[in-house]
Amino acid sequence: MIKLSGIRKDYQAGRGTITALDTLNLEVGRGEIFGVIGHSGAGKSTLIRTINLLERPTDGTVHIDGIELTALNGRRLQQERSNIGMIFQHFNLLSSATVAENIAFPLSLSKAPRAEIERRVRELVGLVGLEGQENKYPAQLSGGQKQRVGIARALATNPKVLLCDEATSALDPQTTKSILSLLLEINRELGITIVLITHEMAVIRSICDRVAVLDGGRIVESGAVADVFLKPQHPTTREFVAQTEDAADARLIDTDDSKPRDRTRIRVTFVGEQTYEPVLYETMRDTGVPFIILQGTVSRLKETPYGQLVLELKGSGEETERAVLALRNRGLDVEVMDHA
Amino acid sequence: MLDWLADVDWSDIWQNTLDTLTMLGGSTLFTLILGLPIGILLYMTRRGQLLEQPVVYWVLSVVVNVLRSVPFIILMILVIPVTKFLVGTSLGVRGTIPPLVIGAAPFFARLVETSLREVDRGVVEAAQSMGASKWQIIRRVLLPEARPGLIAGITITAVTLVGYTAMSGAIGGGGLGDLAIRYGYYRFETTVMIITVIILLILVQILQMIGDRLVRHYSRK
Repeated sequence: MIKLSGIRKDYQAGRGTITALDTLNLEVGRGEIFGVIGHSGAGKSTLIRTINLLERPTDGTVHIDGIELTALNGRRLQQERSNIGMIFQHFNLLSSATVAENIAFPLSLSKAPRAEIERRVRELVGLVGLEGQENKYPAQLSGGQKQRVGIARALATNPKVLLCDEATSALDPQTTKSILSLLLEINRELGITIVLITHEMAVIRSICDRVAVLDGGRIVESGAVADVFLKPQHPTTREFVAQTEDAADARLIDTDDSKPRDRTRIRVTFVGEQTYEPVLYETMRDTGVPFIILQGTVSRLKETPYGQLVLELKGSGEETERAVLALRNRGLDVEVMDHA
Repeated sequence: MLDWLADVDWSDIWQNTLDTLTMLGGSTLFTLILGLPIGILLYMTRRGQLLEQPVVYWVLSVVVNVLRSVPFIILMILVIPVTKFLVGTSLGVRGTIPPLVIGAAPFFARLVETSLREVDRGVVEAAQSMGASKWQIIRRVLLPEARPGLIAGITITAVTLVGYTAMSGAIGGGGLGDLAIRYGYYRFETTVMIITVIILLILVQILQMIGDRLVRHYSRK
């Protein structure tokens, strides 16, 4: 659906140039929710603006649904942009227009007939749950309501792609949740492809299918959210994953000094249905290896339940090896963190 | 008690008030017509804006600054040839409108540029992302969003023009300023001068009030 190839973006800054994006390749499938995470300055904003060519890349091509945007200019590009909706961190609504007028804005740009605009606005107001607010001005709305107007406006022209530029970063956690579930609902019901950028791992976890980690203008890691989240490779990724964990717990397993010699630490990861099975208990019962839980998370990635536990197994090398093998045989992912 | 008002020629004052209003109306109208596009062009051609044209911006900017730095009374005399070419005379109500417009339009253009710059860049970006053309961005985003600032700018310009019209009386433009100078200054008839000043004051007051009302009416923030 979206294909970025060899994207490079240089900025002139004084005498030097700054490379915001460095030969970046990215592909997003139809109907997918794709997240890009990175620190501020990593190039996220530039990346998402490259997709609809608000920022024209210095080098490389952008294809949306088979059409090469980078080959278009003027009128054709403007037309093509109506297939790409966009929402913003600060909503960017017209302060001089009402909710209904804001939602109608993209339709009136393309000179749609008045009756059709009215029908579509009613439909969208219902979709984002803003009934009764049609004649209010943005200044009279809460942040969450403003973002709902933003979403309705972005969807007005029935785009195939929705770009979300830090769409929840200015919202409180409760409102963030409701906006994210609205995005998920839109993705399911309309089949729209969503690309979002964020600096919050929690956002990625709750709605994304795939994720790319951006650092210094390059994608340093990407893949299915479960893979990246549960087995982070790059230091930046680890940092983001650590955001969602309790820092005190992490310290608990990091200090190695007090660990008795006959103990082995392992990290066990399970995803999906396994979460609801007493796999751990059964294996340990069968192998007879006692264990301590040092750290544990059982949660969800989007809709998928998963768990990750750090265990300390007590016993000789041979015994613990048997236990690890048994866990692996049950389909769990086991990483031996250290040997006694 | 009101004896001192008895000798005042009210019909003369009335005629001159009408002249001032005509000059004010005409010059405000043409100032807007000329200043608004220049202001928009200044905004759009600036570095980093949609029509980025450094040379055009620089030339416009210099012309605007030069016209704004020449004192109005001098400007009026300097542009007499232009005035004659445009309206056939440099005297009377007609003769004052061109210098008033040439004096006020650059000033108003800067005010337009400033209020456009107050518009949130993000909103412009949002409109671009929806496929708005540059013209649509001006018409549908920049002007409506800057409306309160533009109205405030028009008010300031109109009030400034009240002062300029009075000044134009000095070179034979007629109107209340002319009256004040002829009677008050040359003939020491203070009463007439005071009356004209009061009328000008009321005029400014009314303009400012209308302007403030409209700004409040259109403010949505």
